[in-house]
Amino acid sequence: MSETSTVEVAPPPMPLAPVRRAPAGLRSDLRAALIVCHRELLRWAKDRRRLAAGLMQPLLWLFVLGTGLSRVASGDASGIDFRTFLFPGVLATTVMFTAVFSGISVVWDREFGFLREMLVAPIRRASILAGKCLGGAIASTVQASIILVLAGLAGVPYSPVLFLQLIAMLLLASMVLTAFGLLLGARVANIQSVMPLMQAVITPLMFLSGALYPISGLPTWLAVATKLNPVAYAVQPMRQVVFSHVDLSAEAAAVVNQPLTWNGWPVPIGLQLVVLAAIGLVVFAVAVRRFSRTD
Amino acid sequence: MIATDENITASVNGQGGRPPAIRVDGLEKRYGDLEAVKGVHFEVQAGETFGFLGPNGAGKSTTINMLCTLARPTAGSATVAGYDIVSERDDVRREIGLVFQDPTLDTYLSAAQNLRFHGQLYGVPSAELNARMRQVLELVGLWDRRDKDVMTFSGGMKRRLEIARGLLHSPRVLFLDEPTVGLDPQTRASIWEYLDQLRRQEDLTIFLTTHYMDEAEHCDRIAIMDAGQIVALDTPQNLKAAIGTDRVRIDTDAAAAAVEAIRREFGIEARPTATGLELNVKDGERFVPRLLAGVGVGVSSVSVTRPTLDDVFMAYTGRTIRDAEVSTPEVPPIFRGHR
Repeated sequence: MSETSTVEVAPPPMPLAPVRRAPAGLRSDLRAALIVCHRELLRWAKDRRRLAAGLMQPLLWLFVLGTGLSRVASGDASGIDFRTFLFPGVLATTVMFTAVFSGISVVWDREFGFLREMLVAPIRRASILAGKCLGGAIASTVQASIILVLAGLAGVPYSPVLFLQLIAMLLLASMVLTAFGLLLGARVANIQSVMPLMQAVITPLMFLSGALYPISGLPTWLAVATKLNPVAYAVQPMRQVVFSHVDLSAEAAAVVNQPLTWNGWPVPIGLQLVVLAAIGLVVFAVAVRRFSRTD
Repeated sequence: MIATDENITASVNGQGGRPPAIRVDGLEKRYGDLEAVKGVHFEVQAGETFGFLGPNGAGKSTTINMLCTLARPTAGSATVAGYDIVSERDDVRREIGLVFQDPTLDTYLSAAQNLRFHGQLYGVPSAELNARMRQVLELVGLWDRRDKDVMTFSGGMKRRLEIARGLLHSPRVLFLDEPTVGLDPQTRASIWEYLDQLRRQEDLTIFLTTHYMDEAEHCDRIAIMDAGQIVALDTPQNLKAAIGTDRVRIDTDAAAAAVEAIRREFGIEARPTATGLELNVKDGERFVPRLLAGVGVGVSSVSVTRPTLDDVFMAYTGRTIRDAEVSTPEVPPIFRGHR
């Protein structure tokens, strides 16, 4: 009854004036991507618990596992703090969980209907997904940057050049991983069924990336699995730039700072990152195709 | 101005020479062996409020999904706001507003954030967006709540917010798929107050589906859909007039004998009800005295009602809308997700 009476009291005096609308085109696709990205960030900033939970795990890796294992590992790595070794791996793990989760949140959007609001808009699917990737990448990188601030505690020097390099690599890696999360979530109907899937995929990717152990001198099967793992192409470049800023004895470097090799050829950092980006583009393209199907 | 088809001129009548807002020509949709929509034809004039009435699974939502470019027709064609729904998909999308059966809001964001997202996605310039947001939120009575998270909204408020959002980018056609489904009667009535006000005030074509008979009365014209086909299309008044019969109900303990007597005396097939029987007849009030004289059993009460859209549906399909919902699993559950 009260609702009925409000209708009577407050009718707008005039018909609504139609608004102008910007024309379609590349600019509108770009704009749409930025809007989707903005919404991702709004959602992420609102969800403080996710932020806190996302930091808990890397801190445990770095300071509990890192400290605990350093007693076993120190003899071998000749004076290198195991936490220094672990630091880039932990950064990669942080963006990995946050980014894949950002991508997978598309399942939540689908389950609660909001995906439809995006999919019926007069914009390309690619710009929606690009916006999601960008949003996931920024959120993950900000999250990892909190770990980055603690670099000193892991024996990593506060060098501006190193930090810029790491942030750039984190952005690239998290963009690729968000795309991967989107692909995982592309055809899944509800969030409960995607969680086990996510665990089943992320855990092996993390373990086989070399985030937790040096990739030199591994048995062949493990070495091959690592080289096939896209995440390794994010972890190894970060480790190499970290160690380029740490004083390392030759013996230590031989163990902990071996570059990734293809058939014995050490792959340059730039090429590793190109491989990572290329994998990301392929994953992104497949995800766009999956989302573009109409019945 | 945009539509160039040769028979446009013939179809425009009394609407200031404007092309129709929606033209549907033999539209068909199959899911495998299942024919959800079996070649429908109709036109909706600009400024008209047009209702699709029918039971769940009659093909209403499938049709609306095709018109909204969410499903591809298997055969036939259609234009919305002058654009082809297949070849000019994005143009259609720019000109339509959508309110679905299921909510499509981000409940973790505020009402204003949801609208802002929509406006930007549809390319509304930021200089105009704030004023427009205020207009549409005032229209649905939610301006005061713009900064509250949608999570705290009631079902009716969410639906009103979706209507406001559907209008935000100044669409020419507003599609409402079961806009009041799942709402309590009072909230349904209030949604209709807002929609009626919108109809009076805006130069807007409204296309809606419903399976509530009483809601169809709010429309200028109604298409009755059953099992994938349009079985009738006219104004609510004309549809009811075409039925021409009133419904006479009598309560009696001897319904079976009465049905038999009515068949013999008047040649009318009466239907048993829980408390007696009912029948359809022209000019019911004048028929009652003859009926009571001829029925030959004790009658405890009599009522005569004018035809309703329920009766119209009954007359065209031979079933009540409720029966039709139970007995036609027209769209199997797996497709419900797409509707």
